[in-house]
Amino acid sequence: MAPIIVVFGPLLASIIAGIFGNIIGHRASQIVTTFFVVLAAALSWYLFFDVAMGGHTQTIELATWMSVGNFDVSWDIKLDTLSATMLIVVNTVSALVHIYSWGYMSHDPHRARFFSYLSLFTFAMLMLVTSDNFLQLFFGWEGVGLASYLLIGFWYKKKSANDAAIKAFVTNRVGDFGFALGIMALFHVFGSVDFDVVFSHVADHSETVLAFAGMEFNAIELIAFLLFIGAMGKSAQFFLHVWLPDAMEGPTPVSALIHAATMVTAGVFLVCRAFPIYEAAPAASAIVTVIGATTAIFAATIGLAQNDIKRVVAYSTCSQLGYMFFAAGLGLYSAAMFHLFTHAFFKALLFLGCGAVIHGLHDEQDMRKMGGLYKMMPMTWVLMLIGTLALTGVGIPPFTIGGMELGGFGFAGFYSKDMIIEEAFMMGQEGKFFAMGAFWIGIGAALLTSFYSWRLIFMTFHGSFRGKQKDYEHAHDSGWVMTGPLVLLAIGAVFAGAFFKDSFVGKDAFAYWGDSLPAGPYAEGNYPEYAEAYASGGYGGDAHAADDHGEAAADDHAADTHADAGYGDAAHGDEAHGDDGHHGHHPPTWVLWAPFIVTWLGFGLAWWFYVTKEGLGARIAANGGPVHAFLSNKWYFDEMYNFVFVKGSKALGDLFWKVGDVRIIDGFGPNGFAATAMATARRVARAQSGFLYHYAFVMLIGVLGFTLWIVAGAGGN
Amino acid sequence: MFGEIESLLTVLTFVPTLGALVIAVLRFTTRPENQDITDRNSRAVAFWTTIITFGISCLMLWEFDPSISGFQMIHEVTWLEQIGLGYRMGVDGISVLFVMLTTFLMPICILASGAIKNRVADYMIAFLLLETLMIGVFTALDLVLFYIFFEGGLIPMFIIIGVWGGQNRVYAAFKFFLYTLFGSVLMLVAMIFMFLEASTTNIITLLDHPFDIDVQNWLWLAFFASFAVKMPMWPVHTWLPDAHVQAPTAGSVILAGVLLKMGGYGFLRFSLPMFPNASDYFAPLVFALSIIAIIYTSLVAFRQTDIKKLIAYSSVAHMGFVTMGLFAMNETGVQGAIFQMISHGFISGALFLCVGVIYDRMHTREIAFYGGLVHRMPVYAAIFALFTMANVGLPGTSGFVGEIMTMVGAYQVSWWIATGAAAGVILSAMYMLTVYRNVVFGEMTNPKLETITDVDMKEAGMLGILAIATLVLGVSSTLVTDVTAASVDNLISNYQAALEAAAAQ
Repeated sequence: MAPIIVVFGPLLASIIAGIFGNIIGHRASQIVTTFFVVLAAALSWYLFFDVAMGGHTQTIELATWMSVGNFDVSWDIKLDTLSATMLIVVNTVSALVHIYSWGYMSHDPHRARFFSYLSLFTFAMLMLVTSDNFLQLFFGWEGVGLASYLLIGFWYKKKSANDAAIKAFVTNRVGDFGFALGIMALFHVFGSVDFDVVFSHVADHSETVLAFAGMEFNAIELIAFLLFIGAMGKSAQFFLHVWLPDAMEGPTPVSALIHAATMVTAGVFLVCRAFPIYEAAPAASAIVTVIGATTAIFAATIGLAQNDIKRVVAYSTCSQLGYMFFAAGLGLYSAAMFHLFTHAFFKALLFLGCGAVIHGLHDEQDMRKMGGLYKMMPMTWVLMLIGTLALTGVGIPPFTIGGMELGGFGFAGFYSKDMIIEEAFMMGQEGKFFAMGAFWIGIGAALLTSFYSWRLIFMTFHGSFRGKQKDYEHAHDSGWVMTGPLVLLAIGAVFAGAFFKDSFVGKDAFAYWGDSLPAGPYAEGNYPEYAEAYASGGYGGDAHAADDHGEAAADDHAADTHADAGYGDAAHGDEAHGDDGHHGHHPPTWVLWAPFIVTWLGFGLAWWFYVTKEGLGARIAANGGPVHAFLSNKWYFDEMYNFVFVKGSKALGDLFWKVGDVRIIDGFGPNGFAATAMATARRVARAQSGFLYHYAFVMLIGVLGFTLWIVAGAGGN
Repeated sequence: MFGEIESLLTVLTFVPTLGALVIAVLRFTTRPENQDITDRNSRAVAFWTTIITFGISCLMLWEFDPSISGFQMIHEVTWLEQIGLGYRMGVDGISVLFVMLTTFLMPICILASGAIKNRVADYMIAFLLLETLMIGVFTALDLVLFYIFFEGGLIPMFIIIGVWGGQNRVYAAFKFFLYTLFGSVLMLVAMIFMFLEASTTNIITLLDHPFDIDVQNWLWLAFFASFAVKMPMWPVHTWLPDAHVQAPTAGSVILAGVLLKMGGYGFLRFSLPMFPNASDYFAPLVFALSIIAIIYTSLVAFRQTDIKKLIAYSSVAHMGFVTMGLFAMNETGVQGAIFQMISHGFISGALFLCVGVIYDRMHTREIAFYGGLVHRMPVYAAIFALFTMANVGLPGTSGFVGEIMTMVGAYQVSWWIATGAAAGVILSAMYMLTVYRNVVFGEMTNPKLETITDVDMKEAGMLGILAIATLVLGVSSTLVTDVTAASVDNLISNYQAALEAAAAQ
């Protein structure tokens, strides 16, 4: 029952608020939607401990959606660790955003509609993550796209909001074009779209060849690539990223929920969910890595030169998604999910913090008109600082002084982002394609991330206020309804990494992920005996049994540690390296410290540009130069796409319509014929009634008579 | 218990004609000064006739056994026995839902005709006769009977457009008539040939008649000429936008909802089962035309300035999915095509009703005239949004099920067909969302719109029923596919057998 309430409660709430919102009023709509989403959040934490920690995976079949021949698709709720993890991310952030919106949207006349859309989004996202087959996933996928469209265009009076909404939907459709083709190819190859059937047969099709675009491809590679196009659209990756910055036209709570924490991570979720396919598709995975890494650095460069506070965070999201993708492309699925998890907290925190700033300044979003706000909104300032520390991944890498293990702690982003960077290096050592490139790009993007994040903080909260004095005096922290959710998210941003590290990517990872994801080379390499116990406990079998084995192994481990004197040290690593590259998984010290150094370097640079030499950034921007213009105009992607796609399809449409239809088809066809016929008819018409339908009757009677004549004649013979 | 009424289908088909006769009697017996009474009465008679017809068709569906692949409820009356001509009616899994679609849409059409003020009785007669002819097309099991119904349907529609249409109605009606007649004449020739060859006009017998492979190609082409125009397929689609633009709202609903489906039904009843080898031979042609239709007309739709024309072009694109699915000739493709036709009947019907709502108030279909309707018509905006999304093929609406099933079916045949169709899915989002934005969103800048009123109860009711149908089929497509499954399986296995037999020779 609990899973059904979790998924369908928000739908019910959305329908109530959406259809009856005008009758029951704003307050009731807010209460209903918030109640159901908070309930869903509470239940999903319960499910999370039951499923992910307790190992009670289950699939609930609800109804049949399509059933034609062997094209059999059902509505399901699949609960395994992967979906349970997504459940808590989605529902927690959604519940907090619902609560926050009570304050943020308090003056909006269309609150009922807003809350209805938010709940609808939550429902669609839940359908997406709990899907048991690719088509239901696609349902959720397009459903969140719809909710995103509705919410971006929520203020429908603004032309820019409407345009952004369409841009988001259509760009996502381009991705969905690939996704849908991927599903078709899947069905063509596997004869099913169910996860279980497809994933268990991936190995059988390693040699299957599919024709596409006039070439022959390995079927698995092609499918993986097509699915990734969908992921690129939804997660705003390079080429299909153009919609995400514009999506900031929507209300800020929406940006936090949809365009930072949940929907945009759906692409990463898809790649992780379909990991058996990507494992078998090295070339497609390489493309994932390259696109992810490119996005990570590309979006970060644009983030340097944006002045809209939300757009900076939007590009930052784009960039962080790039990290997740290159991790997934390198086969580090659990690390990608870990970053997805921590990112949800601190990015939602940052967005909602931006919302608090915007709210406090009465809808001012331009950072050039801010400054020195820490005095007026200290609470927001502190929370934003926490978010920034988490995003930039501040923490102390582990080091040893005199046999004492020190360090190894930090904010959430420290665990997940550094994990990805370090493991990219390790993959590079193994010679995985582009892993070294990804590592260096990851380091570079971390530098830029630190710079633009601190730039945001310094431009907004430090220095002197650059807007109207009146606005500054009215600036204030928000009430508790808005600050409360921020505080909870801040707790997540601080502790989520440290608390869940072992489960996601550490020694408990085998038991935690069960069958839903590979624990990753870091877990396997550092805790081989867990891996073995786990494997003998039946990988692919009962996750609960595996869990027991895990506990048993933990006891063994304790014994081993004493005997071998120092499990997990360098000696052990060298020893294990012999048979398997994964074993004894420890990046060199300089790799561990590299992100630490660039993070502080970025901080220092930002400090120098925006605090020490306050105004220097603005002067550079004013004197511009091609580099700044290039970045500030987002690499001219919008202009390029507008020229090629929008103008192109308009021109083609006009050509087909005015030349194709009107001149050629009609000109030579009916009109030409009609002109002749009408001219003839007019000559005869004097003696006729002139009513067109009389001719019609005569024609039909003639035809019928002709038939009868033939028929009778044939019968006579 | 009604199984014994073997003339159920005949009753169903001719009840609307009875209604038309009643109205005719009313019309000619009422004095001219009581014109408004006649008008009111004919509306009522027409409405209740269509409701009764719908009731009878529900009875038919109740009696229908979806596990039987052949024809059911056959009603046969001997007529010109010596030459094999007869009056035969029957339904199978393929046709039964088209009958339902027709009877379901008719009451809505009658209700949607409130704006018709002149010659109401004639209008209702035309519609009721049209219903008889449309049901007849789907139930006839005799070539001659089919032809009469098929072509007869042209006349009332021609009159509806020509008399109650917009400013340029005569041109549109003429174009509509010319186009469709051109195709039909070729089909007639082919039918006569078939009769001479098989010496029967019984469709059930003809379905089993093996036509010579060389002859099949010519017969197929002749039938294709007729069905492709009806569908309509590119490049014989240009009559549709004009006909839609000029037709009154209810005319558009029926045109898009039912008349277009006759082409698809014709392929299913004649081309595919009777000329399997030719169908296989010409399938690439059909695929090419379907893909061109999907992409070409979507791009044209994007540039339209008249809402109705835009939706008409979008209909052509959606019919492209149907022909693509049909000729894929696998279960997913054919079932998807049938589903797409049913779903398109609801969605395009509803979209034309949506246009009718604002046209009745403002008497223009120019997109540029509107803008910001959401401020005055929130309920309308919500309903229109739902059907916009259904037309875009959003999962959860019936539009998606039809599109994905036909594409999955087409992918089994070749990647390029599915790819072309999938590209059309992007374009449909582009044009539908753009027109929705321009009509509904934004500031209300046109002062003439300030007095516009939201949908009334009647309009909301009609659109609401269609909305429910769209959503229910969108999440539970087996309601349709379970009915069609047995007949479609049979169609496909016969088709495959015919191809194998030809290959073995």
